[in-house]
Amino acid sequence: MSIILVQVIVGGLLLGAIYALFSSGLTLVWGMMNIVNFAHGDFVMLGMYVAFVVYTLLGAGPLLGAPLAVLVLATLGVIVYFGLIRDIMKGPMLAQILGTFGLALLLRYSVFWWFGANFLSLPENIVGGTFEIAGLRIQASRLLAGGVALLVTFGLHLLLTRTSLGSKMLAVAEDSTAAQLMGIRPDTMQAIAWAIAAGATGLAGALIATFFYIVPTVGETLGIVAFVTVSLGGFGSVPGALMAGLLIGVIESLSAYWIGAVYKDMVVYSLFLGFLWFRPQGLMGKT
Amino acid sequence: MKFKHILGLLCAASMSVILAGNASAQDKTVKIGGIFPLSGNAASTGVHTKAALEVAMDIINNAHPELGNFPLAKNAGLAGLGGAKVEVVFADNQGSPATGQNQALRLITEEKVVAITGAYQSGITLTASAIAEKYGIPFLNGESVAANLTERGFKWFFRTTPIASDFAKIYFDFLRDMKAAGAKTDTVAMVHDNTEYGTSVATVITNVFKANGQSAPIDIAYAANATDVQSQVLQLKEKKPDVVIMISYTSDAILFAKTMQALDYKPAMLIADDAGYSDPSFIKAVGKISQGAFNRSSWSVGPAGSPTALIAEMYKKKSGDEMDDTAARQMQGFFVLCDAIDRAGSTDPAKIQAALKATDLKPDQLMMGYKGVRFDDKGQNILAAGVMIQLQDGENYVTVWPKANAEKAPVLPYKGW
Repeated sequence: MSIILVQVIVGGLLLGAIYALFSSGLTLVWGMMNIVNFAHGDFVMLGMYVAFVVYTLLGAGPLLGAPLAVLVLATLGVIVYFGLIRDIMKGPMLAQILGTFGLALLLRYSVFWWFGANFLSLPENIVGGTFEIAGLRIQASRLLAGGVALLVTFGLHLLLTRTSLGSKMLAVAEDSTAAQLMGIRPDTMQAIAWAIAAGATGLAGALIATFFYIVPTVGETLGIVAFVTVSLGGFGSVPGALMAGLLIGVIESLSAYWIGAVYKDMVVYSLFLGFLWFRPQGLMGKT
Repeated sequence: MKFKHILGLLCAASMSVILAGNASAQDKTVKIGGIFPLSGNAASTGVHTKAALEVAMDIINNAHPELGNFPLAKNAGLAGLGGAKVEVVFADNQGSPATGQNQALRLITEEKVVAITGAYQSGITLTASAIAEKYGIPFLNGESVAANLTERGFKWFFRTTPIASDFAKIYFDFLRDMKAAGAKTDTVAMVHDNTEYGTSVATVITNVFKANGQSAPIDIAYAANATDVQSQVLQLKEKKPDVVIMISYTSDAILFAKTMQALDYKPAMLIADDAGYSDPSFIKAVGKISQGAFNRSSWSVGPAGSPTALIAEMYKKKSGDEMDDTAARQMQGFFVLCDAIDRAGSTDPAKIQAALKATDLKPDQLMMGYKGVRFDDKGQNILAAGVMIQLQDGENYVTVWPKANAEKAPVLPYKGW
């Protein structure tokens, strides 16, 4: 195997881990509340802007920017839950779609108004540049994002399967009336779920900002990948999102390299549709 | 109930007063539609365009004797229409050909504009101008370069910018000169998106190279607004072309610059086809890792105190950024359109069309480095011209080719970061 091919695959794996990172928040909300958050991409965008503001004001990198983005987005998640989601969940499906879509536009154009339409960028060496191992070029910023993706996936999975908070959240997801009879407050659990999901998304944004451009519409570009990753991984399955992310990343990179970048989406989406035909619940979703 | 009736009548009365007021104001205002990407992924370009046209309106609508003989500057308003003011009704194309088309329809049927300018992305200019053609409204384009826009047999479409075939020729001549000076230019690769702009420019470049007996460039196409371009950069790394020509809008151009650095890939020569590489926010974001990139341009600030330098100063005050080639070409197009309306002495679309056809502007009446403005039967400016510029220090472009226009000598190889 040529070194360039190895580089393509390694690049694809890192890309996939990053896809998984910014999909985990979506799968949590989608799986637990059956709500499709169309503002998800714009949550990523907000995380990126938090990292940018932290850098311009304090000169600090993601070490400070990422935790701050988690904090800001988690707070926003709770506000969004109580201010919007709780009420539209009672409405028809269409209200939910339009509600989160409206939120997406509100966030996008608020940032547009405040920061302007210009493309922004963090310095290339903010997380230690690029290093070379055995002829392979690895960007420290992508490696960091990929590593965090594994940690977040692992952490969320443990939270949902091994803690009482996780069990309570899952109970609410399963049957909120029954959960209420058991003394669990659905409102609190769902607000916590939104805080975690939005926080994880903010973290993703802050880390992606270290190697991607920052612009108010960036959520549009990234959002669609998150939806595909979540559907392929299985709604609500955090490990599924990781596997799906890695799979999509590698298939994208290889098809772009072998067949051409114009066709990579065609390859990814036809494989995606073909797979869902056999297994509509996704890689790790429950039937 | 009675109170409601009275209130209704009052409302109606005030409405008619407002409408009447509008009608009399309309006599003195010439409304022109401006369709640009004010949101979406190309919004940074659209916002700069808006600033450029606002400066142009200031120059036309107020007296600017300091600009000397620059057309429409000396007196306030359009002299040919008794000092009428020009007003641009801006419309957002959202980066979508369908939206651009709807906006053209709205501007013509509801805003009653007498002419339209726009729409930046070639693919959107394509759809928006088709509506103008149908309604018989002049459409002046100052910036879209896809060759086929003026190959549709349209009667109401006029374009002032040099187009893809002009630039392909410039690239070819430039590379020939660089080769004569000792640079290696045998293999060329084109990296382009799959929009109307990217594909048509790539096709034209391929044709020009073939027509001149050179082998066709390596073609690396990608879908616009990419999330990742590592594979494309690795393809370049493997094929090792001497020259890479980048045909990309801003978002992808930034991603390519960052990825090239991450993968340590530098071609010996990198030529950018304007678009993303001319966006001031590209230079701010990744100019420092794109040092030595060549680019095409028709804009040059010129000596201090010259009309171009004064216009650049006004623009900077308005937008906060340096004037770039794209904004300048759009502004020039708008001036040409307003000059035609002025000469037509009327807002009748047919008279404006006739005046546009009769346009014959000399180089000293332009802000761009064109050899003039004169349209052929297809509506294309046959005197459009351009130069090669280079981002030598990563902050400002300088003219490097042809020799007669050069401020500095071209520097090779491509330095990157």
